[in-house]
Amino acid sequence: MADTVENAKNTPDTEQPWAELGLKEDEYQAIKGILGRRPTGAELAMYSVMWSEHCSYKSSKVHLARFGQLEKTTPRGPLLAGIGEQAGVVDVGNGWAVTFKVESHNHPSYVEPYQGAATGVGGIVRDILAMGARPIASMDSLRFGRLDAPDTARVLPGIVAGVGGYGNCLGLPNIGGEVVFDDSYYGNPLVNALSVGVLRHEDLHLAFAKGVGNKVILYGARTGGDGIGGASVLASETFDADGPAKRPSVQVGDPFMEKLLIECTLELFEADVIDGIQDLGAAGISCATSELASAGDGGMHVDLDLVPLRDSTLSPEEILMSESQERMACVVKPENLDRFFEICAKWDVLATVIGEVTDGDHLVIDWHGETIVDVDPATVAHQGPVYNRPLAYPHWQDELNASTSADLVRPQNGDELAAALMRIAASPNQCDKSWVTDQYDRYVRGNSVLAQPQDSGMLRIDEETGLGIALAMDCNSRFAYLDPYVGAQLALCEAYRNVAVTGAQPVAVTDCLNFGSPEDPEVMWQFSQAVDGLIEGCKALGTPVTGGNVSFYNRTGDVNILPTPLIGMLGVIDNVADRVKSGYAAADDVILELGNTNEDIDGSAWASVMYDQLGGRPPAPNFAAEEALGKALVALAKAHLASSAHDLSDGGLAIALAESSILSGLGAKVKLEGDPFVALFSETPARALLTCSPAALEEVSSVLASHGVPFAAIGQVADTNELEVEGQFTIGLESLTSSWKQTIPATLGVGV
Amino acid sequence: MAKIGVVTFPGSLDDQDALRAIKLTGGEPVSLWHASDSLQGVDAVILPGGFSYGDYLRCGAIARFSPVMAEVIRAAGKGLPVLGICNGFQVLCEAHLLPGALIRSDRRTFYCKDQQLRVESTDTVWTNAFAKDQEINIVLKHGEGNFQADDETLRRLEGEGRVVFRYLVENPNGSRNGIAGITNETGNVVGLMPHPEHNVDPLVSPTLDGVGFFESVYRFVNAKTPPSGTCPTPSSPDSPSSPSSSCALVAGPNGGAPATNAQDDGIGKPQDDGAQKVQGE
Repeated sequence: MADTVENAKNTPDTEQPWAELGLKEDEYQAIKGILGRRPTGAELAMYSVMWSEHCSYKSSKVHLARFGQLEKTTPRGPLLAGIGEQAGVVDVGNGWAVTFKVESHNHPSYVEPYQGAATGVGGIVRDILAMGARPIASMDSLRFGRLDAPDTARVLPGIVAGVGGYGNCLGLPNIGGEVVFDDSYYGNPLVNALSVGVLRHEDLHLAFAKGVGNKVILYGARTGGDGIGGASVLASETFDADGPAKRPSVQVGDPFMEKLLIECTLELFEADVIDGIQDLGAAGISCATSELASAGDGGMHVDLDLVPLRDSTLSPEEILMSESQERMACVVKPENLDRFFEICAKWDVLATVIGEVTDGDHLVIDWHGETIVDVDPATVAHQGPVYNRPLAYPHWQDELNASTSADLVRPQNGDELAAALMRIAASPNQCDKSWVTDQYDRYVRGNSVLAQPQDSGMLRIDEETGLGIALAMDCNSRFAYLDPYVGAQLALCEAYRNVAVTGAQPVAVTDCLNFGSPEDPEVMWQFSQAVDGLIEGCKALGTPVTGGNVSFYNRTGDVNILPTPLIGMLGVIDNVADRVKSGYAAADDVILELGNTNEDIDGSAWASVMYDQLGGRPPAPNFAAEEALGKALVALAKAHLASSAHDLSDGGLAIALAESSILSGLGAKVKLEGDPFVALFSETPARALLTCSPAALEEVSSVLASHGVPFAAIGQVADTNELEVEGQFTIGLESLTSSWKQTIPATLGVGV
Repeated sequence: MAKIGVVTFPGSLDDQDALRAIKLTGGEPVSLWHASDSLQGVDAVILPGGFSYGDYLRCGAIARFSPVMAEVIRAAGKGLPVLGICNGFQVLCEAHLLPGALIRSDRRTFYCKDQQLRVESTDTVWTNAFAKDQEINIVLKHGEGNFQADDETLRRLEGEGRVVFRYLVENPNGSRNGIAGITNETGNVVGLMPHPEHNVDPLVSPTLDGVGFFESVYRFVNAKTPPSGTCPTPSSPDSPSSPSSSCALVAGPNGGAPATNAQDDGIGKPQDDGAQKVQGE
């Protein structure tokens, strides 16, 4: 017999499994206070998932509120939707809007790499779809333990196959992202999936349930026993090395159903038969019903018996908590039901009326004719606990910042410089990632103007005008560890630059803030610092944060991950034919280095690869220089003056030179001023490598000067098979390319 | 203008790309729906890439039984040009319009790359605009493209010149004899794993080598509809079969003789000596 509201009133002292569901004692008491009685089993299930860290942002809310001070406008005009919606929506011009968001699926991807990563892709795609947009591409930022660590051979191939298996089957090109290795992610890989969609302004849909008598429809896959408590159990707790296997909490994906769901939903939008829509992700039906109802103008009544099940033995609590994938909920006017079901039938998508909007203000859920949930939906969806968790300046921070890389022995001559370049180029973080990205379809939909290994992915949106967007995802978590405030800003700057080098104007940000345990005051300090740094950086660059995701409890045993405030940057380009690629274009082109180089060796790839050292202070961001550089790059692209452009970041000029040669097969001859080690390996931000034809040099110089961008002509692209740094060394491209290419295949093999 | 149909199955993914490629190369794209039994009088059909019905059973095994396939099979038997790309190739094998089968690639992962191919046969409706032995580079992306057939079938395919494309430089999936694409006995049905529809647009394609596929079928279709109008129109819904070979002869671009292995219905390549030399950026 179900635990009804009546029963709960009559049995106030029944023991309830609130602790097992991840609630704290005071949270359980708060629920009792809200209801004026003990919750029913079903209510307890709903509150437990909705008040989990993953769904309620209870530890981060007080900090995220500070994002409110950012202007809700991009360089292209006001945001059409911002933080708080399922994804931010940006006006990109000509009546087009773009919605994009990044979300983490870290914990499930460790437990079950393939399904964890696959459903991460599926979840973020449904968020985009629920805004009324057609999803048009994916990107993924992946972080693992050391490449040669034993468990990496299990986690990495599984995650990559999952991202590919799901995304490829949806027909979404995967156009870029990151693959990063660091010890701290061992046992806690990061899977940050980004999805982007496009819509006409007038097609924007938001999640709310209005209009008494309108029907609440659940459509898509049946509800099963997979992913029960995923948000509360998996994503909101630290893994315990000897704890029980958590596999039953991981969802299982069916990308074919999701593809049908996409096409079906877009046709439903087109037919204008949807009044409010929400995807079912974390917390499943609990989340969809409480969020739709609390955002609407009435109450909601749901008959839980009507939910189509994959497993008829599921209890009402399990049905409410299930995170079965590929489901959507929407609100439909009675007169539109016939057309709604007709479209679902065309796509073989199961759709079921499970309830309706009422004139009350409560969410009431019945099971076998008895009421098992009777709550104010806002208390479930939005009035969860808010924690002002203690912050503490890390006890190790000063010592970390004091142990700089200045004392490390530097290369003494050309041969040693060349050896360092070769070793860094072949290191797991700088090497060729095509072992990963070759498993993703980058061509489908026919609009991928740029994809990996370019600095940004770029998509054509409008075939008539050539209007397009660029996207980059970046974070140097080593910098964020040295200083989370500055590290978040450097991630922002790098993403900004990666978009700008392709010729697109950076306009808006989505973020995925991956941190350790919020119950650790030192982690909360890192988090708070990163949020503040990001806000100040976004103010300086004029790019608002449109939405994103926080992932806490990324910690194994007592090791927290490096703070990883990942930034996804959206850029807009008026005509994708103006795009600039990162590989050299032609021999004899002039190579220019843009921006000033300081001695920024702390936290560098050089210190990491050569000495496995991390200490000191990260480089100082320079927003004015970053913005000037970005504007100059966009202007040069628009005027078709740049023949190639490449961002300078990890590994400095040395790696940028190596990559531009490897990607084009063309050699280069450069001459460096000052200390060649600093010139090659310093990681000062606001710099880029640019080439132009000798004939364009004068015009390029004047564009750079007019934007106040310092620059130096450092050499020429050469029709040779060599990268030559005059007076220092010459490296053959063949050996450089082969060592750059072999790192991952040599470790993981082919066809594992 | 040649009307080329593209079938959308549930789970088709490159259908929009194929429709766009037809438009870009000067044909008239027609969208066909899996649940309909009408081919809408098209002059040729493309079965696009994707994961029809999720491909959870065997790739193409369910799509082969969809209503539209009954029509495609019937019309293909009468000479309608049919091109199966990737999942479409798998569907054609399941439908027994082409021999052999495509199994999981030997590397056991999905693989996306720009693949070098050799055009082994120009005696098909879909390759007559290429030069024999021309090397082309076409987008490849799949997890199950490993072409397998028994020895006897393989001997026949090779012996009859029905291997249309062969992988060069690298065999990306373990296919026997490096086979990337094959044709039926009459040269009107071609299947291949690579995706020519992704090689037609200078801005997003690594090369423009896919254009030749479309040029080939347009040549064939146009050859069947001479200006005099004395030949049956190929777009009449119930007779997608080809006109008599004399009609093809009259309308051939060079007025030459029918192609060497053209059998009944005049299917084969119109005389060709102008191979497509289109290069990407």
